[in-house]
Amino acid sequence: MLDLDLSFFSADLFRNFILKGLVFSVQLTVVAMLGGIVFGTALALMRLSGAKWLALPATAYVNGMRSIPLVMVILWFFLLIPFIIGRPIGAELSAFITFTAFEAAYYSEIMRAGIQSIPRGQVHAGQAVGLSYAQNMRYVILPQAFRNMLPVLLTQTIILFQDTSLVYAIGAYDLLKGFEVSGKNLNRPIEAYLLAAVCYFAICFLLSYLVKRLQRRIAIVR
Amino acid sequence: MAYRWEWDVFLRDTGGGQSYLEWMLSAWGWTLSVAACAWVVALAFGSVIGTVRTLPSRGWVLAGNAWVELFRNIPLLVQIFLWYHVVPALVPPMREAPSFLLVVFALGFFTSARVAEQVRAGIQSLPGGQRMAGLAVGLTLAQTYRYVILPMAFRIIVPPLTSEAMNIIKNSSVAFAVSIAELTLFALQAQEETSRGIEVYLAVTGLYMLSAFAVNRVMAGIERRVRVPGYVGGGR
Repeated sequence: MLDLDLSFFSADLFRNFILKGLVFSVQLTVVAMLGGIVFGTALALMRLSGAKWLALPATAYVNGMRSIPLVMVILWFFLLIPFIIGRPIGAELSAFITFTAFEAAYYSEIMRAGIQSIPRGQVHAGQAVGLSYAQNMRYVILPQAFRNMLPVLLTQTIILFQDTSLVYAIGAYDLLKGFEVSGKNLNRPIEAYLLAAVCYFAICFLLSYLVKRLQRRIAIVR
Repeated sequence: MAYRWEWDVFLRDTGGGQSYLEWMLSAWGWTLSVAACAWVVALAFGSVIGTVRTLPSRGWVLAGNAWVELFRNIPLLVQIFLWYHVVPALVPPMREAPSFLLVVFALGFFTSARVAEQVRAGIQSLPGGQRMAGLAVGLTLAQTYRYVILPMAFRIIVPPLTSEAMNIIKNSSVAFAVSIAELTLFALQAQEETSRGIEVYLAVTGLYMLSAFAVNRVMAGIERRVRVPGYVGGGR
């Protein structure tokens, strides 16, 4: 039987190896969530605009992103961004751009469902009181769609947080990398991977518990 | 800025007596086998766990919920590392297991949590009267599940299972991290060796899309054949 030695895990180790990765993973999640929701809402509005020249490219973009494995998307951006701007780009910056672009496709599907779930009468009411299209969206439709979809958006964010571990493919220093490096340096790789799993589990379990509670609170109001 | 395509990169020799095209096709085979084997594991475990979560016994429900929470809240890459580095160390018989098998279990168990969610939702979407009717005509609980509930539930959840089956093709790409010779690993290595990343990535991306599309068509065929008359999207 294997004897696990977890004593190597100390506050020093956390500060030196893991904190940096945790900060990056959280930053990546928050940036990709905010950027993804903004671009995703724009994509959803394009698809629902009724104008073909807006809807077609948006649909192609969303379906294209959703049919490719995330790892391949990460590799594509890491290859293409330097090719287009003509100079190398760090793995971390590349990850921020990739995840924002990738998550926009998923958030856009959620926002589209959210906007479509608003009764037609709301749109008509907005038009009847003389709101422009933009005002109607801004003050009537989007706030309700966003509120209805909040639990789903947050659940997608938890998936996003898990997916940030795939920056492994381009060698960015994230939470998983932090555990991996400390395991290698202290020659306790098995314990390090176990701790990584516990850490991800604790974060994601807590977050999904909070989302469930939020969902119940929203459901009562409706 | 015109890009000079060099599609003949696929005819080049890899140095091992085969062309990059042959290597890519064999990598595609690995992607499909990892995905197919993991799908079998996911369906088997997902069906059992999902069913168990609808039983009247509290202990079974808790155990099923624990399984789903465990495999849903750890990133797939971390789970693959657990199977690859930790499981062989903790379970001596697994020391000899080939990494293909470990990845199949990792991806299969990861997906089983998602399948279990769909199976549970499918069973719970049935009217409660179905179960009562089964029990009322004298079937045991096991028979009620076998002849009344599960045949209905599985036919209802084909559409969500379709998207899980497509996801498993995409998720198999994470196996590159433990050096399974599948498409993503091919893409990484061929890109490095030939510096023709765009051609290589385009071909690999195309194969992924083709695979997912094929899975979608197969599942759509199954869906047409088994859909329940009278349900949304069902026949007459």
